[in-house]
Amino acid sequence: MIITVAGEKKEYKEGLSLVELIELEKIDMPEYVTVSINDDFVSSEDKETTVLKEGDSVEFLYFMGGGC
Amino acid sequence: MQPGMNSKDMSIIRMNCELYDQIVQYAKEHLPEESCGLIAGAIEGDSKTIKKVYFLENVDHAEDHFTLDPKEQLMAVKDMRANGYKPIGNWHSHPSSPSRPSVEDIKLAYDKDASYMILSFLTAAPVFHSFHIENGAYEKEDLRVFNEEYYF
Repeated sequence: MIITVAGEKKEYKEGLSLVELIELEKIDMPEYVTVSINDDFVSSEDKETTVLKEGDSVEFLYFMGGGC
Repeated sequence: MQPGMNSKDMSIIRMNCELYDQIVQYAKEHLPEESCGLIAGAIEGDSKTIKKVYFLENVDHAEDHFTLDPKEQLMAVKDMRANGYKPIGNWHSHPSSPSRPSVEDIKLAYDKDASYMILSFLTAAPVFHSFHIENGAYEKEDLRVFNEEYYF
């Protein structure tokens, strides 16, 4: 199936899970990454169980914050 | 700087003074809170040129902390892509501390590919520096603010 990852169309196996995609995309420190699928943010609880489907568009956003 | 760190410090980051002025103006308007945003532009080899500054809400609305709004972050990333820009990093202000990463800034710097730019209002004249942060260490980057005639 074709999914779009960070704006780039890629082919992955059917039934790919979000956890598998994070591994395949070599996302560093995924616990600090916010994931959106088709502009909807995936909650931390749902990250483990989310399965991707044809045509999904996935974005990985690092948490950005700090203090002074 | 950690031994073995793949330093990005040899790259030059260029920023037009008009963009710098926009950041100073925005951050001043939001004092005493910290303000924040993203930086995007062109990357060619070791050279980075900032083309656009994004002004995002500090969802913490605090004087000593900032967090980017993920929804605005997503919109900014899409805008970068639509304009052919690459993400270069982020910026935030320090209303009353120096232009260097704080302990919390270092702890929360999860993206080793990002430049972390800090605008300080500690002194009468604002100070703006860019840093590479990785493995709990930081190093100042070669940020050059310029107009068409000179760098400063």
